[in-house]
Amino acid sequence: MNFETIIGIEVHVELKTNSKIFSPSPNEFGAEPNANVNPIDLGYPGTLPVLNEEAVNYGMKAAMALNCDIATHTKFDRKNYFYPDNPKAYQISQFDQPIGENGWIEVEVGGKKKKIRINRVHLEEDAGKLTHGEDGYSLVDFNRQGAPLIEIVSEADIRSPEEAYAYLEKLKNIIQFTGVSDVKMQEGSLRCDANISLRPRGQEKFGTKAELKNLNSFAHVQKGLEFEEKRQEKILLAGEEVQHETRRFDEKTGETLLMRVKEDAEDYRYFPEPDLPPLYISDEWKERVRNSIPELPDERRKRYVEELGLPEYDAGVLTGTKEMSDFFEATIQQDVDVKQASNWLMGEISGYMNKHQKELPELAITPEALGKMIKLIADGTISSKIAKKVFAELVEKGGDPEKIVKDKGLAQISDEGQLTEIITKVLDENEQSIIDFKDGKKRALGFLVGQVMKATKGQANPPMVNKILVQEINKR
Amino acid sequence: MSKVTEEKVRQYAEMLRLAITDEEATRYTEHLNAMVDYVQVLDEVDTDGVEPMVHGIDLQNVLRKDEPKKWITQEEALKNAPDKKDGHFRVPAIMD
Repeated sequence: MNFETIIGIEVHVELKTNSKIFSPSPNEFGAEPNANVNPIDLGYPGTLPVLNEEAVNYGMKAAMALNCDIATHTKFDRKNYFYPDNPKAYQISQFDQPIGENGWIEVEVGGKKKKIRINRVHLEEDAGKLTHGEDGYSLVDFNRQGAPLIEIVSEADIRSPEEAYAYLEKLKNIIQFTGVSDVKMQEGSLRCDANISLRPRGQEKFGTKAELKNLNSFAHVQKGLEFEEKRQEKILLAGEEVQHETRRFDEKTGETLLMRVKEDAEDYRYFPEPDLPPLYISDEWKERVRNSIPELPDERRKRYVEELGLPEYDAGVLTGTKEMSDFFEATIQQDVDVKQASNWLMGEISGYMNKHQKELPELAITPEALGKMIKLIADGTISSKIAKKVFAELVEKGGDPEKIVKDKGLAQISDEGQLTEIITKVLDENEQSIIDFKDGKKRALGFLVGQVMKATKGQANPPMVNKILVQEINKR
Repeated sequence: MSKVTEEKVRQYAEMLRLAITDEEATRYTEHLNAMVDYVQVLDEVDTDGVEPMVHGIDLQNVLRKDEPKKWITQEEALKNAPDKKDGHFRVPAIMD
């Protein structure tokens, strides 16, 4: 039997406001445990939450960037549950009136474009962080309790693990460009869960789904889903039924393991949050937020192709992260060749980042320096080969390319007299090569060019070397 | 309106982590049914075309500026904790 895979994804994104969503505690990553908490976060009796306006703005901005309709009347609800990560025993979330609904994003898999719909985007508070010890106890840090979150729920439109990966990449990319979150999985500012089920091709009714947890990278999401696809297929082919269960991805084995079977539907007893009055989002407020959305990756990509004349491939790579794209923009501001700027970013800079596992802002090179270096190549001051030496210095230590060229004596030798002198010496030492060249062995010329380059530490102007070499050989 | 059953009461007690005796279950069922009967009078009101009310006070958009404020220290935060370790609250492990 032939099966169709159905995947839905829930993503939680932490918003980088200065303070928490319902209390003025600082919202920051990496503070001492329980240093950024107050009686509101800790759920002390008599405290009242007050909504952070910026959290609403950020949530709305993200929802708009994901093409959602924005609610005019919205509110918060209590989601009740018992777990030590939440001292109030309820999470303030949004139930039936999320801030955003009916969104979509476009992904590209195998050269094919596809729209994946987004069911909803809602605002809520994060819970504390538990560290489970070996001794039967857990340690609780409430710094994250009350951090503003948005939950982004896709429709079950995703049809393969590969599409799931593309969806997550695109979602992350868009949110990153809006600037409302760092979207760093390693710091927990982006987290995701995936649901997957299989159904016989042609059947309309969805099969029973499994929910995957502990997905710490997009690659793990894809791997976990691939494993799950095969596991469920095997069960169905054996004529058995898939259980509704939660499974954990094990990074060591690449397998998913049973966490618990879901027997009855969860009952969170949602009700409207009595401590927070409802929100009315006027058209004027919506417009204000809409106008604050910067150029998003798809628009930039289009502009790079249509206005800058870059290949589609370059435009895709350059808009892969906001940092890369902003670096590129700042580089070409200096009136340098856009394709050259693109080549350096996609080539040497990306190569360096991969090799050293570093992010772009961690590198010492600035867009100004890159621009200046490209200009030095363009005006013939340095060859592109020598530029690599200048780049190595820039990327590690930073600085001014002109100064590096001067201090290290890297400027290209383009002086005809000087080059003729060097070439004469090289020819005197390699008479056999002259004979070979005159006998029609073209390779001999390449050897001689190499010798000149060696004598000048690679600084000779290559077209001039070629020209003078032939002239000088012909004189002999 | 459907009556509250003892089974429902036990189910909710379990969900709310309340240990109740059989005698209590019977008593609470009676009390809850009495309450449901009492509010049943609302069924007589014609609510056609009336939007559901989501909040008791006629207010909207009560918002705070995004300004962080330190309020209590880590030590104060942990002061009332029955158990703590390395700046954390310490609780019996409950694996989700």
